[in-house]
Amino acid sequence: MTASDLFEETYSALLANKTRTGLTMLGIIIGIGSVIAMVAIGQGSKGTIESNIQSLGSNLIIIMPGAQRGAGIQISAGRGSSQTLTVDDSDSIQTDIASIKAVAPELSSRYQVTAKGTNTNTQVVGTTSTYPSVRNIEIDSGIFISDQNNSSLSKVAVIGPTVRDDLFGIDVDPVGQTIRIKKIDFKIIGMTKSRGGSGFSNPDDMIFIPLSSAQRFLAGNTYVSTISVQANDQDSMTQTQADITSLLLERHHITDPILADFSILNQSDIIATASSVTDTLSLLLGAVASISLIVGGIGIMNMMLTTVTERTREIGLRKAIGAKSKDINLQFISEAIVLTFSGGVIGIIVGWLVSYAVSYFAGIATSVSINSILLAFGVSAGIGIAFGYYPARRASKLNSIEALRYE
Amino acid sequence: MIECRNITKIYSNGGVETIALGGVSFTIKDGEFVAIMGPSGSGKSTLMHILGCLDTPTSGKFLLDNRDISSMSDDQLADIRKEKLGFVFQAFNLLPRATVLRNVSLPLIYSDIPKDKREAIARTSLKNSGLDETHFYHRSNQLSGGQMQRVAIARALVNNPSLVLADEPTGNLDTKTGEIVLHTFQELNRKQKRTIILITHERYVAEHANRIITIRDGLIVEDEINISKREIKYSN
Repeated sequence: MTASDLFEETYSALLANKTRTGLTMLGIIIGIGSVIAMVAIGQGSKGTIESNIQSLGSNLIIIMPGAQRGAGIQISAGRGSSQTLTVDDSDSIQTDIASIKAVAPELSSRYQVTAKGTNTNTQVVGTTSTYPSVRNIEIDSGIFISDQNNSSLSKVAVIGPTVRDDLFGIDVDPVGQTIRIKKIDFKIIGMTKSRGGSGFSNPDDMIFIPLSSAQRFLAGNTYVSTISVQANDQDSMTQTQADITSLLLERHHITDPILADFSILNQSDIIATASSVTDTLSLLLGAVASISLIVGGIGIMNMMLTTVTERTREIGLRKAIGAKSKDINLQFISEAIVLTFSGGVIGIIVGWLVSYAVSYFAGIATSVSINSILLAFGVSAGIGIAFGYYPARRASKLNSIEALRYE
Repeated sequence: MIECRNITKIYSNGGVETIALGGVSFTIKDGEFVAIMGPSGSGKSTLMHILGCLDTPTSGKFLLDNRDISSMSDDQLADIRKEKLGFVFQAFNLLPRATVLRNVSLPLIYSDIPKDKREAIARTSLKNSGLDETHFYHRSNQLSGGQMQRVAIARALVNNPSLVLADEPTGNLDTKTGEIVLHTFQELNRKQKRTIILITHERYVAEHANRIITIRDGLIVEDEINISKREIKYSN
């Protein structure tokens, strides 16, 4: 029996009962399709979150006041409410740590901001001239805060496009206008470029002012709420993070790192954390979808068992005219495989269309990876073999005499 | 050439032994047309299964063309059936949704005959069994009983077997169609020198053969040359 004979036999056997074949295949189509679509959604959101984090800046290390709980001591966990970092800390990082590109201290807090009868509640960030390079911010019009602004306590501000939209309306050039924060007027000297981002802290919805002005006029103290450090490259990040930790511990006179009054995060950690969350999500979605795949597989087994029973006499006849057990086995296995395989191919197309539709209509990013397609293909072939094996074996073990007599 | 030497077949079912064949010996030469006749439960079906290499005897020797079948494995038996045997069943056992030609070519796919040669062989076989060419592309479930049995006969002949076994071939047919089918067997025996064994419980059917072996309770009770052979004047 040649391969093409086998295929022909399989083909005509499957076409003999189109409705049943179609319905059984539908189980696999839905199974494979949902695995592909779900994994695509999982992978897509992973990509979105990662690029969101990347857009915060590259090779970023963030130092925040407050600490993890120490042994029986809790200093303060809240960002901003704990005041342990100063501009001096920031300056000494700048001078003492070699493997960094730039340091940007910031003091941020939410304020009610008004301008000519409009108002908004937004994040006001006091920072220095290095901030744009550390945090990947680009200027759309005007200029960013300069070192000169900082040393002279200038009342100037750079606003994000969302703030502009809220206060002045879309497409208005805000440079030269005045906004009022905490009853103090700040003159707008620039606007940042829209990043269209969302996520943890949306840089479009922020107002930047000189750090010194923020400390003096808004907060009334000399602390900073965050120090952002840009490391030279990806590889040196871990070392840089360790260097900064020991420097700050020394400066703060803390000997036990567990009791540190600051916490330090690097971007890879954030990405790793976010990735592990989205990986779990993908896994969960995939697992739920796999259940439907298994149900589809059981449908195939069910159909194959029915087929074997229905075609008992045919099996008997084939044996009588010289088919060996292995020929019969092969024939039924190949029916199951062709069934799952074609179901798998259609399922992949359906899954692809579904993930396309999800990103088109629901706006959720999806990405269909070659891996998930290969996996789906492998799984569908595997299901064909696994769930076709038992019925095929049953068929091949039929006694030809009894099979021929079967009514 | 078929040689049975003291063949027995004993089924044991839960410790209870049933003797289906209690020592059967006979020889059938090439070109013979033999009927094996007996009532139901006589052991004729068991004998037919052994002759058809679907089963092996409990003891005794069965030689088909001088090859000992008695102790062959399942796969070896399948090869023997493929090369040397053709079956015609009471219930035709055709694939209902397949065309006549495909049904007849079915044994060829298991015997490695190249695809392009199969149809010609099947056509010849169908013509020999007397089916009209207009039916060749019909599905087998669109045919009448007599036509179906001719398709089955053509299928049995397609691998040029040395023995054709017909198990109650007229059982599902009316008398007239049955006559035609039996006539087909007679013609095949006479013109092509086919060796044919006809298994039946009806004396009337058995009388179409040249020799009648009567079997009862697992033993041969009579083995006679049929002197009053029935033949119909069948003009085609």
